[in-house]
Amino acid sequence: MATRVQFENCCDIGVFSKLTNAYCLVAIGGSENFYSIFEGELADAIPVVKTSIAGTRIIGRLCAGNKNGLLVPHTTTDQEVQHLRNSLPDQVVVQRIEERLSALGNCISCNDYVALTHPDLDRETEELVADILGVEVFRQTVAGNILVGSYCSFTNKGGLVPPHTSIEDLDELSTLLQVPLVAGTVNRGSEVISAGMIVNDWTAFCGSDTTATELSVIESVFKLNESQPSMIVDEMRKSLIDSYV
Amino acid sequence: MDLAASGMFLPPQTVGTILCCICGVTMSPNSANMCVTCLRSRVDITEGLPRHAALFYCPECQCYLQPPRTWIRADLESKELLTFCLRRLKPLTRNVRIINAEFVWTEPHSKRIKLRLRIQKEVLNGAILEQSHIVEFTQHDNLCESCTRYQANPDQWVAAVQLRQHVSHRRTFFFLEQLILRHGAASRAINIKEADRGVDFFFGNRSHAIKFVDFISNSIPAQSRSDKQLVSHDPKSSTYNYKYTFSVEICPICREDLICLPPKVAKSFGNLGPLVLCMKVSNSIALLDPLTLRIAYLDANKYWASPFKAFLSSRQLVEFIVLDVDLESSEIAVGGLKYALAYVQVARLSDFGKNDNIFSVRTHLGHLLCPGDYALGYDLYGANINDIEMDKYKGLDIPHVILLKKSYEQMRKKKRGKARSWKLKSLNMEVDGTIKARPDEEKRAAEYEEFLWDLEENPEMRFNISLYRDKDYQPSEMASTVDGDDLPSVPLDELIAELDISDDENDNTNSME
Repeated sequence: MATRVQFENCCDIGVFSKLTNAYCLVAIGGSENFYSIFEGELADAIPVVKTSIAGTRIIGRLCAGNKNGLLVPHTTTDQEVQHLRNSLPDQVVVQRIEERLSALGNCISCNDYVALTHPDLDRETEELVADILGVEVFRQTVAGNILVGSYCSFTNKGGLVPPHTSIEDLDELSTLLQVPLVAGTVNRGSEVISAGMIVNDWTAFCGSDTTATELSVIESVFKLNESQPSMIVDEMRKSLIDSYV
Repeated sequence: MDLAASGMFLPPQTVGTILCCICGVTMSPNSANMCVTCLRSRVDITEGLPRHAALFYCPECQCYLQPPRTWIRADLESKELLTFCLRRLKPLTRNVRIINAEFVWTEPHSKRIKLRLRIQKEVLNGAILEQSHIVEFTQHDNLCESCTRYQANPDQWVAAVQLRQHVSHRRTFFFLEQLILRHGAASRAINIKEADRGVDFFFGNRSHAIKFVDFISNSIPAQSRSDKQLVSHDPKSSTYNYKYTFSVEICPICREDLICLPPKVAKSFGNLGPLVLCMKVSNSIALLDPLTLRIAYLDANKYWASPFKAFLSSRQLVEFIVLDVDLESSEIAVGGLKYALAYVQVARLSDFGKNDNIFSVRTHLGHLLCPGDYALGYDLYGANINDIEMDKYKGLDIPHVILLKKSYEQMRKKKRGKARSWKLKSLNMEVDGTIKARPDEEKRAAEYEEFLWDLEENPEMRFNISLYRDKDYQPSEMASTVDGDDLPSVPLDELIAELDISDDENDNTNSME
């Protein structure tokens, strides 16, 4: 299910947080409200880590990652990298990247299997992305926008693209990503999807301006309706029991 | 697009549909990503626009007030009114674009004017909304300044022009009347009054009066003086209200006058024979010496420097019959008109057949006269001359008769009652009924008839006058002239058909010929 959240009265929560299937990063706000909402929702399943990157709070737009790894820009300080390495689970590899386009969150959009990157990303960065995140990398634009990281958001279950994406583009992307895609908006008609919401396989958080229609679209495309973290284990249990017997 | 022009393959792009973020209805994406209904319900672009406004209207002259002081004439639901209303709304509608404006019909007596505007404005992230908006204007009645002044005193004038000519006839004023009508010089006159030896024109504005005086000075040699009289004075704002009067004195020399030039003037023209005939008065006086066929032109300034009077005028013309013509020179053109010197033998018509008084005179009408013709001229033999100027000349040889023009009097007697095919318009003058009313009427009518004959005879006089075709004129079947000369008459192509803008079925707008 999707929750409406605000960060210090701002509805662009995708700027101040990052959510994956294995961890959640949260910016340090003036009050603890933001952090406590995430903690309340997610603390049982995954670690919620308060951090800054390069001394800033716009961590959602600066870093990119999935359950396998986390990529941070070269401006990240050593303490921050160390803090991240300490707080995140061991299987998550934290790597600092030397890249001209340092806002990795705007340039890279990924789930656990596929990543879409900014067409001008360096060759080495692309290889690092493929390596550390364990994904297949495609250089793509979404609806004519080169900042794929901010304009489209997808998980292993589905994805959301900006409203003026043409149907041909939608089909093409869907084929690449192998997930169902839908064109929609967030935060009452805003087209910058990734900035307005964060999502993983079982939960999503949206800015508080998001209307009910938008929430229903999000919940349906990301298949959040009956999702609970335990459901993944239940599915696995079936196959486990099979193998036992 | 440049990409397509460069030959690159662009796959076709179909735009998908999204759900409106507010109401969930399927729509194609726009910059606000809300369906039009939701957008319109959330954003009202007409808020802040005026819904009511007030107009001031003068019921007398049907004008609307544009503050601070201008009054603009406009009819209901006219283009001028539309522009006027939009101009009144302009400062308040600066942020929106007006696409269309039209009037909504309201009852004329309701004193409400409704305007429907279509407004376009940009909202949210670049979406442009179009909405229709009604503004209601309340019309308040308020007399404009000029109407108030008129109501208070209808005879109120600010400037008056008094035209005077000190001669005993009114021919000049008939001619001036036609000239004024043709050029519309008296269109701004509030009132026109006839006075004893002239006409008074009253204007509401000093500049109108000055324009009129300029017009008169350019058409006729005249001298003018102006004066002003203080009516009221506001000490606080130091404004003064005056009444201005212009006194215009028209020179007393008229066409067909016989003049004896003062010695100085004659000398300045190279000893022009002291007896001259005035042939034409326009903005300068043309004087013809009938014995030498020399013409001199005298303009207004020169005349008024040393003014003189005529000593015989057309009242004193006597009819003569021509007995014999002896051409002395061939026809020459002098000053645009043709003359020929000749010796003629004439006798007064009153003498003809009774006695043998025959005069042998020199005349300039040699090209017109044949024996048996009638001519009009001045009888100096029998006249009693008491002119001041004449006395200044010593040893002047005065001819007995000076012929002036050919006479059509006898022919007119035959064709009496023949209607004219043309007519003239007239200014509506207020006649001063108190002074010398009745006996003048006959004289006036006779003078007017003479003026009309003059017009018929002289094409150059018709030059600046509009003659209108008389619709009631039917040329009689007997018009074919079997007997000799035809009377001079106005040819048809000089007549203007009157413009009739009434709703006759058979009458459409006539064109000027």
